[in-house]
Order: sequence, then structure tokens, then C-alpha cells
Amino acid sequence: MSPLLASVGAETETAFTMPSINYYAIAPILILFGAAVVSVLVEAFVPQRGRRPVQLVIVVGSIVAALAVTIDLRGTRLVTGEGAIAVDGPTLLMWGALLVIGLLGALLMAERSIDPLGDAFAPRASALPGSEDEQEFTRRGFLQTEVWPFLLFALTGMLVFVASNDLLVMFVALEVMSLPLYLLAGMARRRRLLSQEAALKYFLLGAFSSAFFLYGAAMLYGFSGSVSLVAISDTLSAKTGEGSLVAIGIALLMVGLLFKVAAVPFHQWTPDVYQGAPTPVTGFMAATVKIAAFGALLRVLYVSLGGLRWDWEPMLWIIAALTMLVGSVVAITQTDIKRMLAYSSIAQAGFILVGVVAASPQGLASALFYLVAYAFTTIGTFAVITMVRDASGEATHLSKWAGLGKKSPVVAAVFSLFMLSLAGIPLTSGFVGKFGVFAAAIDSGNTWLVIVGVVASVIAAFFYVRVIVLMYFSDPTPDTASVVIPSAFTTIALTASAVMTIALGVFPQWLLDIITQAGVFIR
Amino acid sequence: MTELMPAEGVFSLIWLLIALPLAGAAVLLVGGRRTNAWGPLLGVLTVSASAVLGIVMLLQMMQNSPEQRTFDQTLFSWVFVGGFQADMAFQLDQLSMVFVLLITIVGALIHVYSLGYMSHDRDKRKFFGYLNLFVAAMLILVLANNYLLLYVGWEGVGLASYLLIGFWQHKPSAAAAAKKAFVINRIGDVGMSLAIMLMFVTFGTVSFQGVFGVADQASEGTLNAIGLLLLLAACGKSAQFPLQAWLLDAMEGPTPVSALIHAATMVTAGVYLIARSNAIFDVATVAATTVVVVGVVTVFIGAIIGSAKDDIKKSLAGSTMSQIGYMIAAAGLGPIGYVFAIFHLLTHGVFKAGLFLGAGSVMHGMNDNVDMRRYGALRKVMIVTYVTFAAGWLSIMGIPPFSGFFSKDEIIHAAFEQSVLTGVLLIIGAGVTGFYMTRMFIMTFLGKARWEDDVHPHESPKVMTVPLVLLAIGSLFLGMALLYWGNIETWLEPVVGYEAGESPISTTASIALSLLAVGLGVLVAYLMYQRRAVPIEAPHGSWLTRAARNELYGNEVNDVLVVQPTYYTSRWLVWFDNKGVDGFVNGSAAFVGGLSGRMRRYQTGFARSYALSMVGGAVLVVLALVLVRAS
Amino acid sequence: MNVYTPILVLGLLAFGFAAFSVAAATVTGPKRYNRAKYDAYECGIEPTPQPIGGGRFPVKYYLTAMLFIVFDIEIVFLYPWAVAFDQLALFGLIEMFLFIITVLVVYAYVWRRRGLEWD
Repeated sequence: MSPLLASVGAETETAFTMPSINYYAIAPILILFGAAVVSVLVEAFVPQRGRRPVQLVIVVGSIVAALAVTIDLRGTRLVTGEGAIAVDGPTLLMWGALLVIGLLGALLMAERSIDPLGDAFAPRASALPGSEDEQEFTRRGFLQTEVWPFLLFALTGMLVFVASNDLLVMFVALEVMSLPLYLLAGMARRRRLLSQEAALKYFLLGAFSSAFFLYGAAMLYGFSGSVSLVAISDTLSAKTGEGSLVAIGIALLMVGLLFKVAAVPFHQWTPDVYQGAPTPVTGFMAATVKIAAFGALLRVLYVSLGGLRWDWEPMLWIIAALTMLVGSVVAITQTDIKRMLAYSSIAQAGFILVGVVAASPQGLASALFYLVAYAFTTIGTFAVITMVRDASGEATHLSKWAGLGKKSPVVAAVFSLFMLSLAGIPLTSGFVGKFGVFAAAIDSGNTWLVIVGVVASVIAAFFYVRVIVLMYFSDPTPDTASVVIPSAFTTIALTASAVMTIALGVFPQWLLDIITQAGVFIR
Repeated sequence: MTELMPAEGVFSLIWLLIALPLAGAAVLLVGGRRTNAWGPLLGVLTVSASAVLGIVMLLQMMQNSPEQRTFDQTLFSWVFVGGFQADMAFQLDQLSMVFVLLITIVGALIHVYSLGYMSHDRDKRKFFGYLNLFVAAMLILVLANNYLLLYVGWEGVGLASYLLIGFWQHKPSAAAAAKKAFVINRIGDVGMSLAIMLMFVTFGTVSFQGVFGVADQASEGTLNAIGLLLLLAACGKSAQFPLQAWLLDAMEGPTPVSALIHAATMVTAGVYLIARSNAIFDVATVAATTVVVVGVVTVFIGAIIGSAKDDIKKSLAGSTMSQIGYMIAAAGLGPIGYVFAIFHLLTHGVFKAGLFLGAGSVMHGMNDNVDMRRYGALRKVMIVTYVTFAAGWLSIMGIPPFSGFFSKDEIIHAAFEQSVLTGVLLIIGAGVTGFYMTRMFIMTFLGKARWEDDVHPHESPKVMTVPLVLLAIGSLFLGMALLYWGNIETWLEPVVGYEAGESPISTTASIALSLLAVGLGVLVAYLMYQRRAVPIEAPHGSWLTRAARNELYGNEVNDVLVVQPTYYTSRWLVWFDNKGVDGFVNGSAAFVGGLSGRMRRYQTGFARSYALSMVGGAVLVVLALVLVRAS
Repeated sequence: MNVYTPILVLGLLAFGFAAFSVAAATVTGPKRYNRAKYDAYECGIEPTPQPIGGGRFPVKYYLTAMLFIVFDIEIVFLYPWAVAFDQLALFGLIEMFLFIITVLVVYAYVWRRRGLEWD
């Protein structure tokens, strides 16, 4: 019987010991959570007109503060909260990435000068689409400011998710991260029915996947008598013979996590949600959820299930291969750019999985690099999409992008850069990332998986480059969208992501050094 | 054994060779319309400066003893992960030296020519920007000291080529041609990236020094695999069978582009790759033999296409394919062939650039018409173009003392040393070359005028004819100069190796045979096109002519083998995603019948089928893990 | 595996009983359909208000229900804390205080945004 059970089961003989918590090590989480609570109070007590500036100050201030603490924490390597939270190199690296991307996402969500009606969000999400109430709210220039607490709660959840060292904390974090995102997905100002449908689907399927996760966690608890990742790992190495309960537990846990990273066959929500959600939210969640979910997946696999590598590897091989191929192939026939990028993100998840399956420190490092590179490129991509518009809002149909290179050469060039990076062309961050995961996979002997990966990336290059061709080698039609000049918010986010895409492609060494120093997960 | 010299003195400026055109490209492409006035001139200057720098380096290099002519310059560590290291580092040796000179000097001449050719184009600074970008990428390709950096240059020239083929993007055919070139090149690139990975796995390094030092320790099977993958890459870039189809469409680009990229430099990158990797091909015999076969097959494909096309540029493109076939075949011969492959590459680079620029000059005077059936009798009105084109014509056929004679006959002679069959085939190829080049020459410059009504041919301006004259002089003397004065075999020997073989027939005999074949080709062409009038409408022709006009159905083959399967797989998957999964749900719903009838109305569209596929996936994942664990 | 056999048997029994009941009712019961049978089950009274346009309820129902659950769960958490209050001491007090504050923030939000008013 494990110590935890003993303390609960015994008739309160053992005295309660106070948990030791290193508050500074989890300060980034506390800062964001505190800011989120304050942000809710602002919604309650500050008058309608004054909320936006106050919320912006809270959001930007708290993220920057959390980032500063994260940087100050570098080199930390400890487990706190009675084994619940692990603050180690990979955690801090992902915290940093999540906070920076979160900040860029917040900037995109703050943009107000692109849409003549206001920002990207419905003035009152509860008003019926097309109703008179809705028109009234729009006319009076109401702004939805609840998005800011949602953003902060989601980020808090992600920070906990990548740091959680036991399955229960991980589950709570999963919910804290997901619920605000479900709501954010349903708040688009335009095409509201599509957006609400997306939110509902995301919620239903997300809840479904959470159930899988929880069921898997229960199975593993049943096997080992603990929810701690380390304790599960120890029990696994102690009782090697016992079979199916562990296998079922691992499998269900994987289903929950693979849903979040959008791996085939748990990917089908992705296109609908990416298309329906307000574009700044799509960019934010495409980038951050990928980091958070892969962070948790990596920790579970490397810390808890490392000893069972031979059991879960074959399954992940097949899933990685399927994810790369289905994502790449289906993306080819998409006509909506957001849907296309959704399938692209599925394919990219497959490429990252190739690094994950390597199950080596090199695999971990390559997956981390890929995640950071992918996150920057992705948020930049969606930033461009918010700017390409016609009379009815964002022009997401690909035919409206024809000849954009002639109308707006700079924006088209930046978008081409992102496409080339996603396709993995040298001198962009995407190339270094792909090279890293493939090299790691070859090192671990998964050569055939790399061959599948190379084939998939060739297929993927086709649809990425097709957008460039469309922008530059077609003539503008009367339907061609035009690019709206954004305010400083979007400009900063876009510039930062473009600079990082090039910087990580030409001089990847500094980030590789940081990742090398970050080392592996603490046990 | 060659030793690695640190890059000191003038060689510390190796990076500048690349940086100059790269900076030019950056200024022109970022500067936009503001640079329209002085941009083209800047483009010419950067490349010319690189050319001058290259010549200075050559003179300096000749001071050193042959073993001390390899210079290595490491700028910084580019990628360094775990055991994998690739530096931003350049290597200048005898082989890259000749390439640097070819690229910068021919490049500079073509830049000058473009000043005239593109003078009326609205976007000419963009054109010069792309050209500069190409020169920079090509220099990276030949100066890299490891395969990864070479790959960067490899992709860079591909990009520049793509941009330039599609330069006149308002023509749908140009846009389509650009896309086609890009897609087919990607197939070759798969070979390249797999080859690099395989090298890393086998040798633990991707630098030239590292790989070649231990190449003979790997198993022959591995080396053959690497060799064949490299050959696949070379086939894509150099338009060799079976990836040749894009080169003909690439002629949609402006003519200076065809001359620089699709005749003189980029398409010869495949030859460079094989010659550079000689340490691998020396051991990988199966791969080397495949190289020869691919080369010889392409010699004929190109020549046959060149014989049937009425479009002067496409005919020249077929000829380029065929000539590169000679080089690839020579490179496949091993140490007896590498130096001659490079030798022919150099002479071909010069005379083919001259021929293309000549064709451009003709088109310039003929309102951009490319149909040779509407040419004829141009020798009177375009005297400079006529004479310089004649120099290229004699050179490519291998008439002494023009350059092509020396290089091509060395290849044919070397081929006999390997097998009589290869030699005979290459001699027949030379005969066909004589036929199609004479056909082109007669249809364009001799015979009767068949011009369209509103065409008034005139000689091109000085800025275009001066490069023509310089290239014609090169076509005449370069072969002799390199062979007798430059001692090309001994110059390249330290890098690619050279050994004279035993030939079953004497040098005189092989020369006599090939001249006889060429003479026959010329005679046939003379009888068909000079003695008889050339009809304006193309005659129906035999099945071979028609097949050749259709580029020997290369497009159809690619379509069936690659395009259709990819397209239909994609279509099928979409159909399955939309219909298959839902269909299954609907099907099972029919069994449950009326019970679900009421509930179904309240379900949101597709969420249930997503959930079902999640359950299905979960079941499979569970089963997989349980089974693996049980076994 | 032996440990789980009773559970498995119990599960099968439960499933079997449920299936038997439904099947028996379907086979033996009289089938008389009227409007009341098609209605949502609300303890026999008329469902209020009637769904408009095919099935929308005012969102207030859900809001009230959810608020009830939130505050109900708060109480549930207070019970075990009260039982073990002696051992948890100051630490427990602070933790519970933080917990109640968190719920209080939500309460303040609902109150200020007029979530507690029916109209």
C-alpha cells in the first residue's frame, strides 16, 4: 500500500503534515491565476467603457511579470507541492514559450482597427445571431471584454499542464486550459453560427476526450495505487508481469492527450474548430495548445512510461505515420485557408510525434525545438489571415487570395515566409525543426518513419507552395481580398513571429543551446 | 593527398564571392520600384565584381603547388545538435574554382546582355534581383564544404529558377511551367535529403572531408543506395531521364534565364554533384553504371526531341538535355571520365550560352516569335548574330578546332575505354546532334525568308551583341586553351582523380568515326531543309516525329506515375472523411430504427461521427497496446 | 484476473436486468401514444414555457441550475474540512479561506452582471 493511501486509510492516527510548497518556483502560475481572478472582478465592478484598457494592462502586465520570473527561475530543477508540480528545464522552456506566444496572441486579440465594427469578438455572445439585440449591441459599440479572463485562465491551465507531475493535477489543468478555449471559440463577431457550432463541437468532443483521460488515469491508479507519475513508473518496473490493466490505462490516457494534439484518428474536430473560431483565437490556441499538450504527453511518456517504451512505441509509430499522411493529403483539396491550415497543423503534429517516438533525450530536444518554431510561425500565419479581408469580413476562401502578391507585396511575402517555414524549406525555422526530429528518429532506428515523414512533407510542400503560387502567379480578380492595415498590436505580433521564423532558421544555435541546457524531465 | 589550407590572404574573401550578389539581390528585391533606374546596373556590377574576385583567386591558386590548392573557410557553426554538426563553411578547390569562374563570368555576360534584352520590361529590377539571387545560390552550391550547405544552395537555385521561369507570370503557360519545374525538382530533392540522412547515419558526418575520408569503409550496398539517391537528385536538377519533362516548359522564362540557368549553370549542378561525390561513386559500382545508362538514354531523348521541335528555344532545350547526358555518362565512367565531364560542362556552358543568347537576339528581331518555320534567310540582316551562332553551331557538333570538339571527343574516347557499346551509342548521338543543329541553323539563317508580314528583322543593340561575340570567341578557343594551356586533367586530378584507360580503338579512329557521324547528320539535314523548301505549316510527320514533338510523352508518364495517384488518394480520403464515416453511422442508425429517429433530430450535424471515430480509434489503441503487451 | 470476476459478473447482471426490464415493457405494455407522452418529463406538469420554434429554452434555467451546483459543491467541500478541522489547523483555514474567496469572486461577478435577477 502506498504512503498516500496509508495516510487516508488509517484512522487519522498519523498527524497531518503541512505540504511544503516552493512558492517562488510556481510564481508564474500564481501570478497568472491571481491576474485572472482580478480580471473577473474588473468585469464585475469597472464600468463598461473602462474595462478594455484596464484588462489590457492586467493581461500584458501579468504575462510579462510571469515571464520575468520564469527567466529568473532558469536552472531550477525541483519537485514541489508534495510531488504534484515539477519545475525543471523542459517545464521552464515551455513556460517561456507559452508566455511569449500568449502575449502575441493577446496582442492579436486586442486588435480593434482591422474590422470596421470593432474587434474580432461578438459584442454579446449571448445575443441570438442576426437578432435585433445583436444589431443594437453592435451599433452601441459594445466590446466583449470577458475574453481577457478567459485568456488568462487558459494560459494558467497550460502552465500547470506542462508542469504537472501527477495525473490528477494534470486532469485539473487540462480542464482549466480547455474550458475557456471552448468559450473563446464560440465568440466570433462574424459568421456567428459557424463559430457557435465550432464551440459546441469542441466542447462535446473535448469533454469526451477528457473522460477517456480520466478513465485511463483511474486504471493506472488502480494498478499502482498512486496518481504520481514517478510512483506509477516505480510500480511498473516492480511489477513487470502484469498486463492488460496497465495497457488499457496507458491507451486511454494517450487517447485523451492525442486528442489535444490533434493526432489521427482523434483529429476530426480540428478543421471545424479552426475554421469557426475567431481567427486571433485560432492562432492563439493552435500555437499554445500544441505546446501544452505535447509537453504533457512528453512528460507522461518519458517520466512515467519510459520503462514501457517497447509497448507504446508501435502504437505511436502508426499514429505518427497516419497523422502525417492524412493531414498532408487531405489538406491538398481544401479551399478554405483556415481549414487548410487546420489539416496542416494535424500534419505538423505528426512530425512532432516522430520526435516524441524517438524516446531519447535527442528526441525530446528536437520536439521542443519544433514546438517553439511551429508556434511562432503559426501565430504569424493567423495574424496575416486576420488582415486579409473583403466586405463580409475575413476572406478565407483561397480563390480570394489570387493575385494578392500584386496588391500587397509585403504581406504576401511575409505569408510566403510562413508557408515556406511550415513546408520546411532551408533557412526557415521549419527546416531546422524537421531536420531535428528526423535526425532523432533515425538515431533511434525509426528510419521507415522518417521515410514516411519525408514523403508526407513533400506532399505538404505542394499545398503550402500552392498558396504562394496563387498569390504571386495569378492575376487579381474583382473578388480578390485586400489587406487592411492593422494597428500596432497586430504589427508587433506579426513582426515578432516573422523575425523568429527567420532567426530560428538561420541562427538556430542559441535556442538549441538553451534546449540542451534545459536537459531532460526531472524524476 | 591534398592538404586543407586555411583561407588566408585573398582567400579570406571567399564569403564575399557569395555576399556580393546576395547583397545585390537584397537591395533590388527590398528596394522595390525605387531601384528601377539604377538597379539593373547594380546587378551587373555585383556579379562582375565577383567575377574579378574569382579571377584574382584563380591566379593566386595557381601560385600554390597542386596539393595545396584546397582552401577551407568556416564562418560559424550553423547547426550543432547532439552528434550532428554542420558548419556555415566554404571549400574552394580546383573543382569549385572552375565553377566559380563559369558562373560569375558567363553570369556577368548574361547580366550585360539582359540590360538590352529586358530594357523595356516594367519589372526589370526584379529580374536582375532574381538573377543575382540565382548567382549567389549557385555559388553557395559549389562552394559549400558539406552536403547540408550544398542542399541550401541546391534549393536556392531551385527557387530562383522557379521565380525566373514564372517571371512573365501574366502568361498562364509560364506560371504552369514554373510550378511544374518546382514539383518535378521536389522529387529529386527527396533523393537529396534521403541521401544526406543516409550519409549521416552511415558516416556520422555530412562534410565532404569527413564523408570522403571514410567512404570506402561503408558497405557497398549502402554506398550504392547513397549513389542512387544522389543520382535521383541529379536527375531532377539536370533534367535527366526520367525527370526531364520540366526543362522544355522552362523555356517559358526570358531567354537570358534559359541561357544562364537552363543551359550553362544550374542544370549542370547534377554533374557537379556526381563529380564532387566521386569517392562514393568510385566504390558504388551499381550506382555508377546506372549513371552511365541514365546519361546515354538522355543523350538520345534530348537529341530526338531537339530534332523535332520547331520552337527554337525548345529545340535548344532538347539539345541541352542531350549534352548534359554526355556529361552525366562521362561522370558515370569513373576516374577516366570525371575530368572530361567537367571539361565538357565548361565548354558547353560557354557555347550553349552563346547559342541561347543568339536565339534571344533572333527573337528580339522577330517580335518574340519562336517558330523556326517563320524564320529563314536571317544571315543578311543579323550578321553578328549569324556569325556568332555559327561558332556555337560548329562547337556543339564537335568540329575541330572549336571547343566542343575537344571535350566531346574526350568523352567518346573515354566511353570506348569502358565499353564499345557506350562509345558507339555516343557516336550515334553525335550524329543526331549534327542533324538537329544543322536543321536549326539552316531553318533560321539560310534558305528563303518565311517571315510573318509585319516583321522587320534587325540586328540587336551593342549591349547584346558584345556578349555574343565574347561567347563566340570562347566557343572557338576555350577548348584548346583548357586542354593545352590549362592542362585540365592535371588541374582537376587532385580533386576528382584521373587515370587514362586502355582504349580498344585509337584516338584518331574515334575522332574519325565521330566526325563521320556528324558529317552524315549534317548531310541529311542539308538535304532535307536546304535543298527542299521548308513548309510554314509543320507536316504531319512519322510517329517518331510526332512522339518527339510531344516530348516523347514524358508528361504523360509523369502524370500516370505521380500526379494521378496523389490526386486520387487525396480525393478518396476526403470522400472517406465526409461520406465513409458518416455513411457508416447512418448505416448503423438504420438498424436501430425508429428509436434513434427522434433523438437524431436533436443531434448537431457531424459531432457524433467525430465521437464515433474517436471511440473507434480508442478501441484500436487499446487493442494495440493490450496485444503488444500480451505478446 | 480473479479479483475482477465478481465485478464483471455484477456488471453483467445489472446490464441484463436493465435490458430485461426495457424489453419486457416493450413487449407486454400497451402502446397508446398521446401528446403528453411525447412531452418532456417534468413531474406530470405542463413543461413551461413551451419551446419556441422547435426547442429553445430560456438560458436562465441553465444559469440557475449551474449556480445551484456551484454553491452546492462549495458546501460539500466544507464538510470534510469541518470534520478534520483540528488536524488541518491554520493551513487548512487559510486554504479554505482562499477557496471561499475564489467562489466569492464568482458570486460577485454573477451579482454585478445581474445573473441573480430573473428578468
